Parts: sequence; C-alpha cells; structure tokens
Amino acid sequence: MQDATAAALEVRDLDIAYRVRRRDRQVIRGLSFRIGQGETFGLVGESGCGKSTVALAVTRYLPENGRVRTGSIHIGGQDALAMQGEALRQFRTRSISMVYQDPGRALNPSIRIGAQLAEVFEVAGVPASERMDRVEAILGRVRIVDAGRVMGRYPHELSGGMLQRVVIAMALAVDPTLLILDEPTTALDATVEAEVLDLIETLRAEMGSSVLFIGHNLAVIRRMCARVGVLYAGTLVEEGPTREIFSHPRHPYTVGLLRCLPRPGLSKHQTRLDTIPGFLPTSLADVKGCVFAPRCGLAQDICHTTEPPLIPVAEGRVSRCHFHEQAPNLPRTTPPAPPTNRKKIPAFRPVIRADNISKTFGSAAAPVYALRDVSVEIWPGETLGLVGESGSGKTTLAKLLMGLTPPDEKGIIELNGQKLAHRATARQPAELEALQIVFQNPDAALNRSQTIRGIISRPMKKLGGYRGAALTERLSGLMSHIRLAERYLPMRPRQLSGGLKQRVAIARAFAGDPRIVVCDEPTSALDVSVQAAILNLLADLQAEQGVSYLFVSHDLRVVRYISDRIAVLYLGRLMEIGPAEAVFNGPHHPYTESLMAASAAEEASGQLRLKGEIPSAMRPPSGCVFHTRCPRKIGTICETTEPELVQREGDHGIRCHLDLDQMGRTVTVEA
Amino acid sequence: MSAHAADSPAAPAPAMETPKRIWRERSAMLLRSAPFVVGMLILIFWVLMAIIGPWIVPYGADDTDLLNTLTPPAADHWFGTDQFGRDVFSRVIVGSRDILIVAPLATLLGTLVGTVLGLVTGYARGLTDDVVSRIVEAFLALPLLILAMLVITALGASNATVIIVIGLSFGLVVGRTVRAAVLGERDLDYVAAANLRGERPAYILFVEILPNILPPILVETTVRLGYAIFTVASLSFLGLGIQPPSPDWGLSISQNYGLIGGGFWWTVLFYALAIGSLVVGVNLTADGVQSVIDA
Repeated sequence: MQDATAAALEVRDLDIAYRVRRRDRQVIRGLSFRIGQGETFGLVGESGCGKSTVALAVTRYLPENGRVRTGSIHIGGQDALAMQGEALRQFRTRSISMVYQDPGRALNPSIRIGAQLAEVFEVAGVPASERMDRVEAILGRVRIVDAGRVMGRYPHELSGGMLQRVVIAMALAVDPTLLILDEPTTALDATVEAEVLDLIETLRAEMGSSVLFIGHNLAVIRRMCARVGVLYAGTLVEEGPTREIFSHPRHPYTVGLLRCLPRPGLSKHQTRLDTIPGFLPTSLADVKGCVFAPRCGLAQDICHTTEPPLIPVAEGRVSRCHFHEQAPNLPRTTPPAPPTNRKKIPAFRPVIRADNISKTFGSAAAPVYALRDVSVEIWPGETLGLVGESGSGKTTLAKLLMGLTPPDEKGIIELNGQKLAHRATARQPAELEALQIVFQNPDAALNRSQTIRGIISRPMKKLGGYRGAALTERLSGLMSHIRLAERYLPMRPRQLSGGLKQRVAIARAFAGDPRIVVCDEPTSALDVSVQAAILNLLADLQAEQGVSYLFVSHDLRVVRYISDRIAVLYLGRLMEIGPAEAVFNGPHHPYTESLMAASAAEEASGQLRLKGEIPSAMRPPSGCVFHTRCPRKIGTICETTEPELVQREGDHGIRCHLDLDQMGRTVTVEA
Repeated sequence: MSAHAADSPAAPAPAMETPKRIWRERSAMLLRSAPFVVGMLILIFWVLMAIIGPWIVPYGADDTDLLNTLTPPAADHWFGTDQFGRDVFSRVIVGSRDILIVAPLATLLGTLVGTVLGLVTGYARGLTDDVVSRIVEAFLALPLLILAMLVITALGASNATVIIVIGLSFGLVVGRTVRAAVLGERDLDYVAAANLRGERPAYILFVEILPNILPPILVETTVRLGYAIFTVASLSFLGLGIQPPSPDWGLSISQNYGLIGGGFWWTVLFYALAIGSLVVGVNLTADGVQSVIDA
C-alpha cells in the first residue's frame, strides 16, 4: 500500500489542457512541486492562474473536457493518475480529503450533520455501532463544544464558521495522506476566519497532516504555510520557504503582487498603490519567452524569446526569472505621489446626512432590526468607510441612503440640506444624479445584453440631458478619465475582464455629476492587482472631482487606505465613528479592537479573539448589544443599559461604558 | 497619455467572446444537432407545400370525381380518393395551408400576451402578482380543449376565434414561464441601477430585462407551437376549428372517420400522418433549440 517515507504529494512536469471548441487550451504547464510528510505547502496566485485546476487534477476530478497531457501525480507514493474504478474510489476515501471555499455547498442540506459525518466512517468500514462515537470524537477534535446537539442539526441551522468546522472534521475523519484546503476561509468573516485558521493550525500540529493550501490571500498563506509556490498563468514562477519569499521575493510577479496590497496604516494621502499592468496571456500556446514578460518592468529582449528555467536562488528556493537578482528593484508602474487635491470645495454643510434612520424588516409581531437609529454625515470630498461583520447592517445602510430600500418612517435623509424622498423612484433627477452607487459584483450590476456604450451613455442622456455631439464628447472624456480604451465601447460586459467591468460600473456612476458615490465592496470580487488599480482610480476621481464616497468593505486595510473617517456597525447599531486614524489607533470600541485583531490574525496567531457568532437581529441582546461577545465587559451595567454614542476626543464617537483609558489601543507601525 | 497611463490596460482583454462569434458557434451547434436538422427539414417541407401546393398537386383539392369514389391508393391516386372522389394526396398537400397559418399566429399571440403578462406580474409582485396569478391558475385548471369549446361555441367558429382563444390561453402558460425568468432578473443590481437613474417601469421591463430573458421565451414558443398544431387539429376535428370546405387535416379526419369501419382506411390515415409529422417536426426543432440554448 502506502510508502511511509514517500512524499505526501509529488507533482512532476504536470501539463493540463481543457478542450474548448475542439481545440486544446493549455492551463497548467510543466508544474512540479513536492509536499513532504507533515508539511504545509501553499499554492498562491490570482484567479485564472490554474490553482483550482491543480486541486481538481490531484483529486482526479477534472471536468470531462480536462485532460492531463503529460506529467505525473503521486500521493504517498501511489500513482494517482493510473488509478481506475474501485482503486480510485479507495484512493479518494483514504488518501485525500478536500475542504472547499463554501461550506454551505459542501454539505447535503437534507441530511443531519451526525448522519453525514457517519457516512464517512461507513465508507471507511467502521462498524455501525462505533460510528456515532467516532463522529462525536471528531467533532470534539474540531473544538465543537456541544457535539451531541450539533449532530442533530441540519446544515442550514448552523453558521458559516460552524459548518466549515464540520467540513474540516469530515475531511480529517479518515486521517488522509493529503489534505487539500481550497480557499477554506474566503467565504467567512474576518472574525470567523481567524478562529478557523487557528483551528487548522492546531489540528495540523496535533495530527501531523500534510496540507496543500490553495489561496489568493497572501496574508493567510504567509501565516499558514511553511513553503509556498507562486503560480502565474499555469506556470510556477517562484517557490521556496514562505517567510523568505514574502520578505525577499525574487520574481517580478511576486514583487508586484506584494506591492499591490495596501500596507497596514497606509492611506491614500500618503502614496498611490502600485499595480501590475496588463492581463494574463490569452493563450499559453503563443507564449514564446517568459510568461510574465509582457507585464514585467524588468523584461529585456531575452525574456521575450527564451523561457527561463527554475533557477536556484538560495537554499531550497527557485525563481523562474532571468534577472532574479534585480526583481526587488522592479520599477513602480504608478507614480508614488498621491493625487493632489485639485478641486477643493468649501464645506459648510455635509453633502449627505442621515438622521436617526432605522430599518425594521419582518412583521410587527416578529420584527428584525437591521438598522437602529443610525446617524451619519458625509462631507464634500471625503470618504466615510463603513465596516462590520456580515449581518451588521452595512449594506442596509447603503441601500437606505440610495433609496433602494425605504427606511422606517421617522428617519430623515438630507442631500445638501434638502430632505430626500425615502424611495429612489420618488426622487428628483438632480437628486438621483448626485447620489450614485458602485455595486460589489459587476456581473450582476451591468446589463449583459447591452454594450458598454449603451450602459454608460444612457445615464448621461437620462440624468445629464446630453445629446448628439455633446454626448459623444462627454463619453470620450469620461472614458479617458476612467482609463478605459474607447475600443471597448461596442463590446458587451462578458467580453471584459472583472477589473474592466468594474471600471465600466464606476464610469456609469460618474456619467452624470455625482456628489456622493456609494461603493459597496467594490473590490472584494477582484484580484489584488486589479483591486489596487481600482482603489487608485477612486482616489484620483475624488481628487479631481471632489466627490464623496461611502465605502463599504470588510477588508480593514482597504478601508484604512481609502477612508478619511470610519464608521463601525454592529447588529445595526453604530458603535464607533471618527477620523480613520483615531479609529484605527485607538482608543477604540472593544468591537473595533476585535475586528482589527481578527484582521491581524491573518498574519499571526495568538491575538485577541472574538468568541462566537454575531447574535440574531430578531433577538438582539439586552443592554449593550455587544456584551455577549465583548472581551472587555465590565459587569451587569453592560447587560442592562445600552451606552450612548459619546463624543470623546474631537470627532471621535464611541458607544461604550468604558472610560477612554480602559479601552484598547493599536499601535500600527508605519511602513 | 496621462500621468497614470500605467493604470490603464496595456494589453487587450482576454477571452474575446464577441456576439458574432457566439452566434456563429450557436448556429454551428444547431446544424450539428440531428433532431434539429430532421425537424427543420420536416417543417420546411410542409411550409413549402403550403405555399406552392395548389400548383403542383395532380388534382384540385375540391375537384370531385363521382365515378371514382373511395378508390384505394393506386398509381393515378397515390393516397386513394374519398367518398366524393376527391384525390386524398392533393388534399393532404393543400390541407397544410390553414393549420400552418392558424397555429403559428395563435402561438405568436400567446407569446406576446404571455411576455407582457409575465413581465408585469414578475416585476410588480405584491398584490398585482397575487391577483393576476390566482386568476391565471383558475383558467389553467380548466383543460384547454374544454375552455376552447366553450368560448368558440359562444362566439362562433372561425379562424380568427381559434387564433384568439388558443393565443390567449397559451398566453397564460407562457406568462408563468416569463414570470419565473423575470423573478431571476429583477433583483439583479442592473435593475437597481436603472431605478437609480429614474427609468420608468416600462423601460426597465422592455429594454433592460426583456433582452436577457429571450432564450427561455424562444424555447417556450417553439414548444407551444407543437401544442398549437395539435390543438387546432383537435378543434377542427370537433368542428370548432377550421371550417369546410377547407381540406384541413383535422376537419377531413372528422368527415371521414366513419368510413374506417368500412375498410376505407386511406381516407383517414394520411391526414393523421400529416398531423403527426408536423407535430414531431416542430418538437424535434424545439428540442434542438433548447439543447443549444442550455449548452
């Protein structure tokens, strides 16, 4: 059977192609890597680089049109590609386990958790009498306290974090030779992600599993993996110990990728983010030299003609670059200087003001308080960042301001001092023009049957009243502002990449003359290099046009980078609001403190952890709604009396019973 | 070039799926699908016969020959003759005319009515949707033929009545399909974006949503056409559809079925085969279209 000394996973010269339109399309070329027993190997790359294809090939689940053309995959010494029929079934049962991104879809919704886990033991040949005990034991192993109760539940009755624990329990039940984690925390909130990462780390140490960790989140990979391989366009461009690769990258792609991330504490007023220009190659078959050369600032003639081999650059480290010594000196692709504020607006009143707005869903008998008495104002030319876990009411607040959902009667929303109708359909054209939105998912936000020209010019006609030559002029002016080439105008959204689609969505929001644009997680569906370009664009547009943003995001670093002020929501209540620096450096609300700790937990373990899940908005806790999870709870006063949102220093409001000097502070090291 | 030129895409975007190319691929897939090709050939044959039939048939469809009544199929009368000595072959060919006008028009009417009904109920939801949907369900609870017989008996039989009755009742069915498709679209953000620039509901329905739900409407239409042919033939058989002296298939079967007992099978069989082949042709085409759209 299995060789105890063999590598957990050995991939050699792997070459995979998908058959599309009767032609082979290569997606993985010449990929080799090795995961030793008990080792954790990270495979990192942006979407479309082929990392999930690798996972599918290893588990032998390539779709019908996918084919391994050459190369080999050995798991624990067994040839994975040679297996057929019963042997393949046994191999999948015992040798590999996989944890997917979305735990809700990995479990059967109509089978109780206990029975579902028991199936795994049944397949593994455990006698019926022992199965339930084994299930209980494995649930205890993934730190599920009340295992008996959880076993009787259906998947929809458990939260995302709990489900992912169950899926991990399922994957570990048979003690597989190789555990594959494919973006296991991407669908989870930062606070839950932190817990799940802690769990995976502990279990790996306990069980000595060998892990292939696939992800796009560099911070998570940095924390979890001892070794990492960087995948670009189906090609391994750099491999080595994670710590060294991330601190001293030796391939221009890795360098570029790391520079795209907003560093902790960085803001748009200090520097523009660096980006990676260009796109993934359309077809790998046409690539002559280095696969990254067309996008590389260091590329010489040789890079376009000769493909570099994997060159050893240090002990256990390789880089596929002719000029790997120079990689850290990769020239910036954007000027580092931040956009200067060209358009200053005299501000004597906020551009938008929401006074005591609430939103109650459901019936009077069973009300759900999605938002309770929130007051915010946004001033001309500033960005208000909005953060909180999912279910905190961020998107609800954005929708209320836009008039997509009417707030409860008593609330008031004012635009430039004028009261706004609660529904968008009842608002004046000038009001609609002033208040626009960029949605999270450009695929749903752009009408797929219309051309880019139609999508952008319609609001110009409708809101701006542009016609004929004036329309054409305005359109090309906007296109150059958004930095979209005019040749995209006749195309339809599906012909564009995700980043370009989001640019079109931004162009549509700026088609009139918006005074405030709500950005609802505008970059969370995008890769980091594209995210950087979009954040630069938003910052530039703001500097040029003096527009204000309400920026909703769960990514604290992005919020910190783009925002001037930050509002923190929890269970529909405004917990803290103030200048970005004050909110981030503290003293801050215990909830804000926990969010920041969770964000930092992507990089390091042993931080302050927020316990449990966000409570149901149908039965919010008494007193301070955060008291059930608060790490700094004082006593009964937190359970009985809801604290007021008190202005502390300057503009900094905090809803907490604690005194300022009892609150936590975070010291960010300015890079 | 602006100072931030590096932010702009340096290379063309990947994955060029131009509408033209998609269209060409879809057509190629259709032509490779055996059911579609066979179905289309049958349809083209009957449409061609409906157009040029009267000029190519050996005998006039209504020409009686009382010396040669009820002769079995033979060289001079391929499908035999009926009780008035009319040539069955000529009548089958020419008889395709009325049904190929009435059934497609009824289907078209049904599609139009259904599309509007589905768009409105799917988009409005709430009370409008509830009221309209319950009424639709009440009508759909009645078998189509019984409903049609009631209305036609009341209004009098004619091609126009048949088109309206079948068209309206199909409209209810098509409306439910369209409504389901609209429900899948109405909460997408592009509809919210249209609301946020003050578009009227009619613009949102017909310009924003409708183009995105054309594929299911197209499939539903081809499927409905098959049912329409069948229903028109049934009504004609019952004397409530196409009226004499048309050589219509359903009508001819009803005029002759009493003769089967006497062994004069040819006076019925060939009309029945004609109806069958047309329905099969339409359904094969519909299958082909559906498989390509789903792909």
